[in-house]
Amino acid sequence: MTLNLTIAERLRRSGVSRRHFLTFCGKLMVVAPAGLAITNFISPNAVAATIGRARRPSVIWLHMQDCTGCTETLLRTSEPDLASLLFDVISLDYHETVMAASGHDAEAALHDAMEQNKGKYVLVVEGSIPTKENGAYLKIAGRNGIDMLKDVAANAAAVISMGSCSSWGGVPSSNINPTGATGVDSIIKDKPVINIPGCPPNPYVLLATILEYASTGKVPKLDALGRPKFAYDKTIHEHCPRRAHFDAGQFAAQFGDSGHREGWCLYKLGCKGPVTHAPCSTRHFNEVVDCWPIGIGAPCVGCTEKDIAFTVPIFTTADIKRPFPPDNYPLVNPEHKPVSPIATGVAGLVGGALLGAGFLASRKMGDDSTDAPKE
Amino acid sequence: MRTDRRAFFKSFAAAAATLTVLPTTAEARAKKTAPSDAVGMLYDTTMCIGCKACVVACKETNDMPADTDGYGHGLYDSPDSLNQYTKNIIQLYKDGDEQSYAKKQCMHCIDPACVGACMLGALQKGKFGVVSYDVSKCVGCRYCETVCPFNVPKFEWAKAAPKIVKCELCKDRLAEGKEPACTAVCPRKAVIFGKYTDLLDEAHRRLQNSPGKYVNKVYGEKELGGTQVLYLSHIDFEKIGFRFQQDESVPHLQQSVTHGVYKGFIGPVALYGLLGAVMFRNRGKNSDKES
Repeated sequence: MTLNLTIAERLRRSGVSRRHFLTFCGKLMVVAPAGLAITNFISPNAVAATIGRARRPSVIWLHMQDCTGCTETLLRTSEPDLASLLFDVISLDYHETVMAASGHDAEAALHDAMEQNKGKYVLVVEGSIPTKENGAYLKIAGRNGIDMLKDVAANAAAVISMGSCSSWGGVPSSNINPTGATGVDSIIKDKPVINIPGCPPNPYVLLATILEYASTGKVPKLDALGRPKFAYDKTIHEHCPRRAHFDAGQFAAQFGDSGHREGWCLYKLGCKGPVTHAPCSTRHFNEVVDCWPIGIGAPCVGCTEKDIAFTVPIFTTADIKRPFPPDNYPLVNPEHKPVSPIATGVAGLVGGALLGAGFLASRKMGDDSTDAPKE
Repeated sequence: MRTDRRAFFKSFAAAAATLTVLPTTAEARAKKTAPSDAVGMLYDTTMCIGCKACVVACKETNDMPADTDGYGHGLYDSPDSLNQYTKNIIQLYKDGDEQSYAKKQCMHCIDPACVGACMLGALQKGKFGVVSYDVSKCVGCRYCETVCPFNVPKFEWAKAAPKIVKCELCKDRLAEGKEPACTAVCPRKAVIFGKYTDLLDEAHRRLQNSPGKYVNKVYGEKELGGTQVLYLSHIDFEKIGFRFQQDESVPHLQQSVTHGVYKGFIGPVALYGLLGAVMFRNRGKNSDKES
């Protein structure tokens, strides 16, 4: 597990073609069009040169209360070579799912990785950490999750929460949260934690974040919830390919109806796009275009957002805070609504009463003028 | 009361004499012109694409709430016209193939009807010729809303402490040297901001350079005493909602009469003097008759 090799050297040694590496760099540029130093170039060659110079960072990956989906997303590629590319770009020194060792050997691997890369490794956490019953709901090698996390995070250079579970608690934390599941930043408070929420998130967001750190030594700009701004600054709605249908008021009302088949907006089916910050609308999954929920006609469930995911029912419509004008227009001369019968009735009654009162009063006035002067 | 012919003619002559004290009213009020620092906007319907960026920018700059009661399924900000939530709007005129967008907001008239009608001076023509509103002087009588020929000032019916809502040409931004939000954001420069005289020249230049493209008039140059927001259109101005074509401003006749009648307060004093004299002359007459 040597770190003396730069990424470029390691790739060369592993026989990964330059073309594959450039393709990978191109994908990073799509994932982070703005806001990252390593992709702030106009060609993949420049990105490759920057990343190639960096030392392969040691990554220690901890699984807590997870479904392993975030690991799966990292391995989900359509090009078989890319999986090996991942392991040549980062040095994945401890990962319970993919490592060859198990049992005592695995524990030794973790210990060695921490010792040899003390203060330099990147800790990635997948899964929520249970806190009830003193963390008894998760134990690995006799230690509970909280202690394990604190121990490994102590000498980590950067801590990344991969997925919604480690970012804010995820599925295990939904009502009634029997295990007291919580995110990493509730436990690790003495260093910055980068949250990459999503269920699962786009793996390239994780890779771009790790590589930015490895290349520049700096963490990307984070928002108030600790999420990298280059990926989480916009809502799904802002970049949704179906936005024109929303603006024109074309909605799918039921799964399978004609609107749904036409690819119309899924807002009425409960799409949480307007209130969900995530990069999915422009960075799709599995490296296949349109391979993302809305792309295949399923409304977004807001899996990155703590207040939405697994809390607000999937088919409940989202509350839009800043509605913009739709595609239709008010007319210069709108048709006037007809006067209601009640209004006509009331007006008639009032008018009649006034006329009647006036008539009676005039009769009284006539009487006055014919009064004879008092003696 | 009974009176004889002589007495009647005496009183009639006295009244006529009183009236001649009033100065001639017809030309008493000078026609107003644009102030020297006047700024304005020029809107060209041939360039507007109806994107409504100006509507959005106005709402955001002025922190106005969305109006979801309109035609927008309850989802969108979709005002039907200017209202208490909307200071600027894009409307559509469509008749078969003939179509035009129309941007509506305060016209910042040179001789505004609302300023003339406002009893307490809440609406004033201020810096840069912007018709500005001071809520601290407003009593909510809505004369301004009634009298405006462009139907611009809108009363906040839905509020317990209502005010009048209308475009004020982003006067706070003007004070910082910026242009209004709507003109700043327009992607095709269909509505532009500038000095009133420059905009008038630009409008005439466009009319001259493309004679067949526009109706040969700059709306607002003379209409209703002139407005600081000028319009160029490819179809009749009546169709896009400008019903009034006369040159005389709304306050002109009204203020000519009222300023004339009340000039120096001579008229009221004379009239009440006459009435007082009559009452004085008739005091004690009824009691005399009865005894």
